[in-house]
Amino acid sequence: MTAPRTLFAKLWEAHVVTSAGDKDLLWVDRHFVHEGSHHAFAKLADRGLPVAEPGLTFGVADHYVPTRHRDRPIADPDIARMVRTLEENAATHGFSLFGLHDSRQGIVHVAGPEAGLTLPGCLVVCGDSHTSTHGAFGALGFGIGATEVAHVLATQTVWQKRPKAMRLTIDGPLAPGVGAKDMALAWIAKLGADGARGHAVEYAGSAVRGLSMAGRMTLCNLSIEGGARMGLVAPDATTFDWLAGRASAPRGADWDAAMAWWADLATDAGAAYDREVTLDAAEIAPVVTWGTSPEDAAPITATVPDPAKEADPARAEKIRAALDYMGLVPGRPLEGTPVDRIFIGSCTNARLEDLRAAASVLKGREARVPGTISPGSSAVKRQAEEEGLDAIFRAAGLDWVESGCSMCVGMNGDHVNPGERCASTTNRNFRGRQGPGARTHLMSPVMAAAAAVTGTLTDARPFLKERAA
Amino acid sequence: MTGWRRHEGLAVALPVEGIDTDQLIPARFMSRPRSAGYGGYLLHDMRRDAEGHPVPAFPLERPETAGASILVTRRNFGGGSSREAAVYALIDAGFRAVVAPSFGDIFAGNAVNNGLLPAQVSAEDAERLLAALAAGPLGAEVDIDAGAVTLGGLACPFALSEAQREKLVNGWDDIDVTRRHEEAIAAHRAALAAARPWLWPGATRDQGAR
Repeated sequence: MTAPRTLFAKLWEAHVVTSAGDKDLLWVDRHFVHEGSHHAFAKLADRGLPVAEPGLTFGVADHYVPTRHRDRPIADPDIARMVRTLEENAATHGFSLFGLHDSRQGIVHVAGPEAGLTLPGCLVVCGDSHTSTHGAFGALGFGIGATEVAHVLATQTVWQKRPKAMRLTIDGPLAPGVGAKDMALAWIAKLGADGARGHAVEYAGSAVRGLSMAGRMTLCNLSIEGGARMGLVAPDATTFDWLAGRASAPRGADWDAAMAWWADLATDAGAAYDREVTLDAAEIAPVVTWGTSPEDAAPITATVPDPAKEADPARAEKIRAALDYMGLVPGRPLEGTPVDRIFIGSCTNARLEDLRAAASVLKGREARVPGTISPGSSAVKRQAEEEGLDAIFRAAGLDWVESGCSMCVGMNGDHVNPGERCASTTNRNFRGRQGPGARTHLMSPVMAAAAAVTGTLTDARPFLKERAA
Repeated sequence: MTGWRRHEGLAVALPVEGIDTDQLIPARFMSRPRSAGYGGYLLHDMRRDAEGHPVPAFPLERPETAGASILVTRRNFGGGSSREAAVYALIDAGFRAVVAPSFGDIFAGNAVNNGLLPAQVSAEDAERLLAALAAGPLGAEVDIDAGAVTLGGLACPFALSEAQREKLVNGWDDIDVTRRHEEAIAAHRAALAAARPWLWPGATRDQGAR
């Protein structure tokens, strides 16, 4: 009888090739690369090395791709070069590419799982911090830097210090209009943007078990915003039902063999964690951010914080600077703050379920401010169009565009203008993240949709109640 | 990458919490090749106003901080995006060490992989160092073997794992280190391929829109 182990411990130990000092050399099952991985391919070329496992390497064009006029050549020469470099690297090294015109194209953390590439038990890396998303499947998913990307390309392994295991339990029923985005921002506001630094966070509890795969991906995606190395959810029937039949998921006898392993991955009774945190789901309200870090988050019913009431001078200074950048006045209600535009997109909140939720608010209504909706993948776009969601968004006066990282990171030309305030379903409200001088408020898809309708930060719940009535 | 043990240089204070990697280098500069140097992009949008003019009050824009190589700052430095370009910008601007109470995990890994020391000190020591630098930059020394940063009569210990220390001191490239484990990797792969061959999904092709 072996000692009881956590999900995280089982996954980690299954991937250790060897150890040296405080680091383990881990086998990588899935390595996603994108246009921004050019530094790493250059390092590989400098050493004249091949890609060790092209069959476990997958390219996705997402970070820089245009979301408009895909029938035309890419206008920006720098971006055209980066997309072409990724295509050339895929051809040279012989790995699969979900390129600009591929039907499977999309944001890597949406398109990869959709293809059935992300499986329970896998170790998934990518040169992107939101690789934590893949933990939703009971996988180890974490972002790495360019030197590490080159190392994985050359060896299919990565050196890592084993993080500590933390369990974040969220029990109880979620109120209507409250979802995974609110759960994530609520815990980050409570623990801080570095609150889970050095930890692998396993999400547990009835509110987590009750989430769809889309919700679990949103929750795990935002793990990095709380400083966690990764986030995980134990695989269960929700996971297996979602995966069955996907293009790259195992089939037949392979599926049965995989299931025998996957069903045993959940944390054993009595396994110990280095740290335990609990939240009451019933206390979570729709959340918006007011500052320049995801930890600067509060219920929509709250007021803008007042630095004069903050005891810690460094904290007060940080609030003051954030409010100055954001153009907000201490003590005023968050609700009713005018916004200039909305954005629904990104690896955090642009899956089909997110678009359906936004459409439930926008149906038959008009947006008072301009906005852009960029689906998480080209497949999500096709499905949304089949369901008529695009017609709802267009009728509301919003732009329906192609899939990519788009206005979340502003690398492809989609950006928020200086001084403009954007209600955004993305993951980072950092200064300038959506463009120089841009003011970002993070929120869920229903909250961004409600902000479009009123032109202000708005509690989405009354809009949803009307629909339910 | 060449290793190093000890560095003497000018230390500058940046008394701001949570400088994320989007601040260290805004995304719009990352499509440019490294060969021209990323130093000019370091903290670009904090040191320059909307018109692109330098903000004279920003610490790194003051003439007396020219040539600074040690940055002292507050908690959660380098959080956010995994962009290694954030480290390139610091290095290309001449920095060898950043001293702070905490670092983003991915940033700290990237830093060590490029010879930049992420020296983690206590929050109290960080404030003492910042106070000592409040009037302006000072000569300082970081000693990796001693695990200490000294400046203005203060000596503050910093935390560094053995693996980080070895890599910084030796200037090791992980690919060379890992190649010594080729046999173990091959054995792991063979066992995995035998037990779970379905982990190799085969060549994936675009099957077109449904």
